[in-house]
Amino acid sequence: MSENNLGDHISHRFDEELEAVRNQVLKMGGLVERQVASGISALIEHDHTLARVVARSDVKINALEVSIDEQCTQIIARRQPTASDLRLIISVIKTITDLERIGDEAEKLGEYALRVENEGIRARHYEQLQHLGDHVLKMLRDSLNCFAKMDVEMALLTIASDKRIDDEFESVSRNLITHMMEDPREIASVLHVTWCARALERIGDHAKNICEYVVYLVKGKDVRHISLEQVAEEVDIELDIDIEDGDK
Amino acid sequence: MADKPDIEQLIGDTVGEIHVDAPKMSTRNCNVFYGDKQAIFDVNLDFGKHSVVALIGPSGCGKSTYLRCLNRMNDTIPICRVMGKLSLDDEDIYAREMDPVLLRARVGMVFQKPNPFPKSIYDNVAYGPRLHGLAQTRADLDEIVVTSLQKAGLFEEVKDRLTSPGTGLSGGQQQRLCIARTIAVSPEVILMDEPASALDPIATAIIEELIDELRENFTIAIVTHSMQQAARVSQRTAYFHLGRLVEVGETNDIFTNPRHELTENYITGRFG
Repeated sequence: MSENNLGDHISHRFDEELEAVRNQVLKMGGLVERQVASGISALIEHDHTLARVVARSDVKINALEVSIDEQCTQIIARRQPTASDLRLIISVIKTITDLERIGDEAEKLGEYALRVENEGIRARHYEQLQHLGDHVLKMLRDSLNCFAKMDVEMALLTIASDKRIDDEFESVSRNLITHMMEDPREIASVLHVTWCARALERIGDHAKNICEYVVYLVKGKDVRHISLEQVAEEVDIELDIDIEDGDK
Repeated sequence: MADKPDIEQLIGDTVGEIHVDAPKMSTRNCNVFYGDKQAIFDVNLDFGKHSVVALIGPSGCGKSTYLRCLNRMNDTIPICRVMGKLSLDDEDIYAREMDPVLLRARVGMVFQKPNPFPKSIYDNVAYGPRLHGLAQTRADLDEIVVTSLQKAGLFEEVKDRLTSPGTGLSGGQQQRLCIARTIAVSPEVILMDEPASALDPIATAIIEELIDELRENFTIAIVTHSMQQAARVSQRTAYFHLGRLVEVGETNDIFTNPRHELTENYITGRFG
């Protein structure tokens, strides 16, 4: 099927409009990704300048969301898209909502990084977020790549990787709780780290949603709220990973 | 035909579910020829009761030819041959004992251009019932005319001028008059060949609303060039290409997730 193909419409203008929307989403994805990367760096490297930038820089992301929404509305009103075109527009509208929320979570990371400075919160526990942060950033990048390439197989693998992030989050949480129990004076500081871990975990969830929209876009199957095993079966792809614990 | 294998390969077997439970009409291995030229190739399709099937496809794909087979309108074209099993309630409509005039009373047709007879509004609707002797008295006939005009959503607009010529109505009203004329003989199936393509958007919307209401009492097959119209009025959609039935399915599925590439290309407006 020509499902990966935005072009070839009899109306070239329509081709251009769809391509423009897609490029805007990729641009928004790029901004969000940089925002998350900066948020993580700001926390872990105690970079307050960066933290300040992250905490205030989602204006551009929000503006892009509004602009893409508007473009999609115009396309629906003027082109009445069907089939894969319709699914593209629906996926874009949903994807940018998740991207915007990822931007919000990243902004939170920036705010927490600032608090380290402003409220004298001890920073040393933030190192524990390094691993989780790396995973989340990779998952976000993968999900954006899936969207760019409309790659269903990669989308399924990325959906599966959310389980690892959840596990990582559990493990970080257990560690942090142990710290709190060992030294109650640390509770306030450690709680902040827990909230940051939570924000990272949420970013993973949003990245997973984006991958689900990619599956919908390419295959026309709604794979939300079903197990990864069922997803693979629905889209008729054999996954080369262990998905026994890939429940949602 | 030299290019036949390529086309067969490109199109393949019909994708989707051609069957419905207790079909009102069905065709099996329907092949139509105009002289030596084959226009329809092995079309298998069921038409369910109280349901609208939209036949879509590019110009020359055979959708109108196929539609016209369903009430033997092609009989009037000497070089046209129809083969295969075409049935109405399991009766073979091409059987020797089937009277095409009676068949067309059971399977009515509405055409692209409104074609009222040069008679009064009343006589247009009364024409069929008179021909088939459906009314014993003048009162019976009056009732049929009024009910038919009501069902066609036209009565309120014309009740004060039933004796005026039907040709004096607006295009949309004329088309509804033709629908009233069709339903006056109580058909079981209504075939519509581009019933709204000569009408403005308001008249089109009224016809589409009417189609949805008529569905309660009739089985409807509609040929349309407007994909949006097919999406709006039908429950099932059949996509024709080069005389083949490429894909048939629930309209909900066809317009969101068609399975055949040719269907996808057509409904999204891509080069095939």
